[in-house]
Amino acid sequence: MKVIVCVKQVPDTSGKVAVNPDGTLNRASMATIINPDDKNAVEAALTLKDNTGCEVVVVTMGPPPAEGMLRELLAMGADRGVLVSAREFGGSDTFATSQILAAAIKKIGLEADDLVLCGRQAIDGDTAQVGSQIAEKLNIPQISYAADIKKDGAKVTVKRMLEDGYMTIETQTPCLLTCIKELNEPRYMSVGGIFDCYNKPVDVYDYNTLKDDPLIELDTIGLKGSPTNIFKSFTPPQKGQGRMLEGADKNTCAELAAELLKKHII
Amino acid sequence: MDFRLTKQQEMMQKLCREFAVNEIEPIAAEIDEQERYPIETVEKLRKYGLMGIQFPKELGGSGGDTICYSIAIEEASKFCGTTGCILSSHATLGAWPIFKYGTPEQKEKWLRPLIDGHKTGAFGLTEPNAGTDSAAQQTVAVKQEDGTWLINGSKVFITGGGVADTYVIFAMTDKSKGNHGISAFIVDKDDPGFKIGKIEHKMGIRGSQTSELIFEDMKLPADRLLGKENGGFKIAMTTLDGGRIGIASQALGLAQGALDKAVQYMKERVQFGRSLDKFQGLQWMVADMATKIDAARLLVRRAAFNKDHDLPYTKEAAMAKLFAAEVAMDVTTKCVQIYGGYGYIREYPMERMMRDAKITEIYEGTSQVQRMVIAREVLKK
Repeated sequence: MKVIVCVKQVPDTSGKVAVNPDGTLNRASMATIINPDDKNAVEAALTLKDNTGCEVVVVTMGPPPAEGMLRELLAMGADRGVLVSAREFGGSDTFATSQILAAAIKKIGLEADDLVLCGRQAIDGDTAQVGSQIAEKLNIPQISYAADIKKDGAKVTVKRMLEDGYMTIETQTPCLLTCIKELNEPRYMSVGGIFDCYNKPVDVYDYNTLKDDPLIELDTIGLKGSPTNIFKSFTPPQKGQGRMLEGADKNTCAELAAELLKKHII
Repeated sequence: MDFRLTKQQEMMQKLCREFAVNEIEPIAAEIDEQERYPIETVEKLRKYGLMGIQFPKELGGSGGDTICYSIAIEEASKFCGTTGCILSSHATLGAWPIFKYGTPEQKEKWLRPLIDGHKTGAFGLTEPNAGTDSAAQQTVAVKQEDGTWLINGSKVFITGGGVADTYVIFAMTDKSKGNHGISAFIVDKDDPGFKIGKIEHKMGIRGSQTSELIFEDMKLPADRLLGKENGGFKIAMTTLDGGRIGIASQALGLAQGALDKAVQYMKERVQFGRSLDKFQGLQWMVADMATKIDAARLLVRRAAFNKDHDLPYTKEAAMAKLFAAEVAMDVTTKCVQIYGGYGYIREYPMERMMRDAKITEIYEGTSQVQRMVIAREVLKK
């Protein structure tokens, strides 16, 4: 059994944001972190490894420096990494990204007993679409917003969080789950893990590695293969001066509620 | 020459930063206030392999080097001098002499649980009348006819005393030989005749327990002798050379942590209509502090590098410890000043860092001893 975890390197929100002329993020020139929800997915995989001894494979699509992030995940305890990296893959939207990642997962090999884990969403794009689209393209069941995962042979039981409660869903492997932060507390790298992580394998999948997969066509990947395009990106206007509402009566409360409603805060 | 950390050393720094921010900083003030040994932190340090960073994996360690060990102490000490002290005293004073001088059997029995972190170690050298003059040992070990040892005496100011499981202690085995009549022994906390005496109340590093050790007719089997009979003074001195890199790293962390906080405070605190970082008098203080801290860091890293590469490091470790400790005292005092009245209040971390810094000028050899060591090395040529 193995768990394949899709992980994204995202800009450190405390750093400076750099944007390319085409509106996409200039990822190479920004300080990066591991997408927080993805770290929960990795922790879930490592917990399964602690309990069952399964293999944990971490996959990321990104520029070559993303290998550093994969090494950190190996230092946390993952067994091997796959870096999906090619100029042809750059500028992908969620459709194209999920095409490529689904092809990469097929290349790694998805067997009857395996799980694919993703984070709920990445803090840069904030779409929460890639996980679900990968599941569709692999034609496997998916459960999003996993806050608890139990695996018993080919049966997986997941607590799926909703805004006002949760549902418990059971499905068969192979399947894809998207993870949320309530699922667990990610572990740190270990010192021993740091000194082992460069001895563990990281495979690089480039365009040639994946091009024979039916999902990989020049019009289904990269900027050209993306049905959506970013036409404009801009910094939201700064909030103006705060406004004080005088009075403690019902009318003042109504005025406050109307103001908050107008700004879509409530 | 290359001043960059290796990729793995950078990862160590990242791990230790995250660990320090999440696990060490939140309880730093509380353990100081309560003079409480942070056992929960020690368990977490063990879990991630931080109690045996610089020891080989074959013996249960993490396979790192002295630079990694120094980085870990620096990062921890940025937020908590106590945790830096625990990391340093356990690994270099408790474990290292057994690693360097122990027999294979001693390493398996005593060292492995120390460097895999299941037990903690301490080092007993100082006596009421043998501090800087450490050769004036009054604790006596007498060899019995059956080869066992009978030990009587006491030790004071022992870091980890009463919380550690394994102690490396020193005793006179041949008083007529002075320095050359001292031997080292491994003591277990449960050995009959071994007692913990007074627990000290200290100015700083208050979460790190410091106690007296008492040996009353303590009988040790023959295999507890560490190294050669009468070879203990060399063991103590070489152990302290390495320990000084740990204390220098602690001092470095305290200084850097205080400066980081002061810089942040200067950007927030407004007087005369502008933030403190706009006042030249304070800007120049920051420049001086940052420069001294960087100089200290380079000395610490060089001493660690030399140790890792089997180059001489006695003088280098003494220089690093002397300079980093004096920088820590200077910087933390100035950072209290930058905080103004708030710096003197216990709600803010500055006064704790200033109290913690002072010990780095005293323990593991005072600044005066470091100057003796440095002068001896320089003048012997």
